[in-house]
Amino acid sequence: MKIHEYQGKEILRKYNVPTPLGGVAFSVDEAVKVAQSIGGSSTSLTTGSSTSLTTGSSTSLTTGSSTPFTMWVVKAQIHAGGRGKGGGVKVAKSLDEVRQLASQILGMRLITHQTGPEGKIVKRLLIEQGISIAKELYVGITLDRAKSQNVVMASTEGGVEIEKVAAETPEKILKETVNPSIGFKDFQARKLAFGLGLSGDTLKNAVKFFLALYRAYEESDASLAEINPLVITTDGQVLALDAKMNFDDNALFRHPDILEMRDLDEEEPLEIEASKYNLNYIKLDGNVGCMVNGAGLAMATMDIIKLAGGEPANFLDVGGGANVETVSNGFKIILSDKNVKAVLINIFGGIVRCDRVANGVIEAAKQVNVTLPVVVRLDGTNAKEAREILANSGLNFAVASSFEDAAHKVTQAIKN
Amino acid sequence: MSILVDKSTRLVVQGITGGEGTFHTHQMIDYGTKVIAGVTPGKGGLVYNGSDQYPFKKPVPVFNTVADAVKNEGANTSIIFVPAGFAAEAIMEAAEAGIKLIVAITEGIPARDMVKVYEYLQRTGTRMIGPNCPGIISPGKCKVGIMPGFIHKPGTVGIISRSGTLTYEAVWQVTQLGLGQSTCIGIGGDPIIGTRFIDALKLFKDDDGTEAVIMIGEIGGTAEEEAADYIKKNFKKPVIGFIAGRTAPPGRRMGHAGAIISGGKGTAAEKMVAMKKAGIHVVESPALIGEMVKKVLGKKVSKKSKKLEGKSKK
Repeated sequence: MKIHEYQGKEILRKYNVPTPLGGVAFSVDEAVKVAQSIGGSSTSLTTGSSTSLTTGSSTSLTTGSSTPFTMWVVKAQIHAGGRGKGGGVKVAKSLDEVRQLASQILGMRLITHQTGPEGKIVKRLLIEQGISIAKELYVGITLDRAKSQNVVMASTEGGVEIEKVAAETPEKILKETVNPSIGFKDFQARKLAFGLGLSGDTLKNAVKFFLALYRAYEESDASLAEINPLVITTDGQVLALDAKMNFDDNALFRHPDILEMRDLDEEEPLEIEASKYNLNYIKLDGNVGCMVNGAGLAMATMDIIKLAGGEPANFLDVGGGANVETVSNGFKIILSDKNVKAVLINIFGGIVRCDRVANGVIEAAKQVNVTLPVVVRLDGTNAKEAREILANSGLNFAVASSFEDAAHKVTQAIKN
Repeated sequence: MSILVDKSTRLVVQGITGGEGTFHTHQMIDYGTKVIAGVTPGKGGLVYNGSDQYPFKKPVPVFNTVADAVKNEGANTSIIFVPAGFAAEAIMEAAEAGIKLIVAITEGIPARDMVKVYEYLQRTGTRMIGPNCPGIISPGKCKVGIMPGFIHKPGTVGIISRSGTLTYEAVWQVTQLGLGQSTCIGIGGDPIIGTRFIDALKLFKDDDGTEAVIMIGEIGGTAEEEAADYIKKNFKKPVIGFIAGRTAPPGRRMGHAGAIISGGKGTAAEKMVAMKKAGIHVVESPALIGEMVKKVLGKKVSKKSKKLEGKSKK
């Protein structure tokens, strides 16, 4: 699961990871209010009204500049990178300017390299204290799958895409692998901080920062905690200027607070609908809908549609069962996608018999009143009987004799 | 011949009295697997006959702990149907009790738990297959998993796959062409798994009963690339490969927790290139896996036999 930057920073503050002062705003007025509350004297900080301020620990408040400041950053909150380049991050030098920029960014269609050409409408803003930056660094924590251990990565190349650094100058990424039986140790944090060329108080601050960040990552069951840039301020503070946190979906049952941070505006409406039916559905741009049992076979089915000259409209794994209920829900979701011109059902009946699946498919097609061409390929237990049942159903089914035949039949159906 | 499971396998089922545990124990006993014990904490002493719907051919004694199952029945292999929140514990319990091979079927175990499990298993020297996998089968000998038994047929093709139903698809293609399998391992779709392609390949390398290996990968991670590198240097038997997910969008988890292209890494294209470079016979279409095996082995095989030969158990 992904969350917004401001939510990531709320979590980080709970673990004493220093972040700039700031708070979320859903309207222009709120944006000005947040700017006022964080920009005033230190007394107004403690009475700050935004939730992030009140949940922030005293450390996070003191790491921000305690003297009044006159610079704010207005940041669009969408689940995509490249917001600055797309015009979603602006600096304001007065409250009037905060108002002006907030009204400009709120509601805008923000297009970045990660949003696709259609972009995303900005509905939330993060208003933050402007920071006087001396240096931009990088720190990120994720699972190293090859080692089956977490890895903490740091680099002097902050503020740029880390994938690019990894590809072009991998030696500039320092790595510390975390042995789960001892955890992420102080000496490892020191190795990283020294490796980044830090010294004095800044080094101590960075070590504390890394240890706190690791705790936040570990205890919140994150799959990614990335701070890019990690900044050294002109007065030697170490701050998370940005925060990207993703979470392990399998562990969300342990974190109802994080689950509440889910923003449905960031998700495809059809995918939200599918998740209500417990279906694993991902929308794509093609015109051949597909319904498959099992994730690997579902991916392979998408691939074979493409090879046959079609374009898959979705990934949909209906699970092992493939009964009337799951299949009719699957039909509903697929047919809600107006790009879909034909549907391919590919079920490998192992323990579930194909004749049962065939009856389920027929029942579901009647219930949902499917009018588009449907190609069905059933293989496995009782496949022959299943094909006969489908052929005699009186419905608009094309029955495929093999996996390949199914892909050809469905792409043919689109051309007709 | 075969690897890891055969007639000497003495299986304990962890979570035997649950719905999944009951159904698949019934299926495994029917296939001929020696299910010698079950574990459900608090139900020790029960002699379990299955449910009304899925009665066992042979009753199975239930124990409170895996250690008891090892001590009393000599269990050497375990299969885990315990729910995700408790599965990590169940795996470690089995390892601590001295089980040599753990097959974890459970889907949805948090990665944080698995990091610890993985480390623990390194210390105990226990092999784990999965989690989030269909299990392992040596056709005609032993099935420790949830795969449909009848699609398999004893033979000389080894299969290693990250998927469930896609594996069945490949197995079925091989069987229908008149060939059979030595052992099929579903290694699982999670980012942290106990047995990777490379580990399974090492076992197939030394198995006289395996003439060729099918390797079915998917997007995410670099396990296929590592296996390709190993094959290039050390593996002489022919390998047939397929990678699922060339049409998958980046940054999206395609069903399996581990099937995700992140940071531009783990694409199907990269994996296919690495595999081809290593001399693996990579097929573009998942429908052609079986035919490629046949071509590579150069065997004259009769057309689709209508008989489901896997049904005849040995």
